[in-house]
Amino acid sequence: MAMQKRSGSGGGRGRSGARGANAATGDKAAQAQRRGGLFRRRKVCKFCADKIDDINYKDVKLLQPFVPERGKILPRRISGTCAMHQRKLRTAIMRARVIALLPYVTD
Amino acid sequence: MSTRKYELVYVVSPELSDEQVTAVHDQVQAIVTRFGAEIERTDNWGRRKLAYEIGHHKEGTYVLEVINGTGELMKEIDRRLKVVTDSVIRHIVVRVDEEERVVNRTRTRRTSQQHRRRIARGLPPEVQEGEKRRDSDDRDDGGFDEAGV
Repeated sequence: MAMQKRSGSGGGRGRSGARGANAATGDKAAQAQRRGGLFRRRKVCKFCADKIDDINYKDVKLLQPFVPERGKILPRRISGTCAMHQRKLRTAIMRARVIALLPYVTD
Repeated sequence: MSTRKYELVYVVSPELSDEQVTAVHDQVQAIVTRFGAEIERTDNWGRRKLAYEIGHHKEGTYVLEVINGTGELMKEIDRRLKVVTDSVIRHIVVRVDEEERVVNRTRTRRTSQQHRRRIARGLPPEVQEGEKRRDSDDRDDGGFDEAGV
């Protein structure tokens, strides 16, 4: 019971700084997992689930959700992307950055 | 020398007129023909906002060229585009034939497997109109956790 209450009020991790909206929801999931698996939810790789074979650097709409406000690439532990697709995603994002489709950093 | 498939994307300064953009394209075309290669497809994305400022530009005109040619040709194009910095503010050359092959292979494998499974279940191989779709098909969020209950 006590554990439930704590997870409701939001632990130390949720408060730590202004992150992107995606990162915030990811944080929530991570937090839920930390609290003894009460609200555990399995994360699924978006590319596996939607059967997207081609992670293309020209497809900004596809890549955008994996680049939160700060401009960093969203880590696997938050997005739930599988290792193979995260690798492909990374090359795609890095290529898109070269031609200014995506930012390197934003402040 | 072996012919490969490359993609060239270049960002042209927004101050240039359409004719000047075509001039850049013609320049590329000239180099390509001189090497005896061909441009498979040209695609003008039009004016886009840049994700970050390049020089003092905040916008740029994007042009994509799909070129079948040799590595030597792409090296030459790259060298030439580096020189004209006042009109072409950014460019990238990516070799795509191998990746395309991998994508096509996984795609055909997936469909053939799907057909086999559907036939095994006594269904027609193609997904029918109005058939119940899996919930993963109509998710349009980022694919991350929303309500985590």
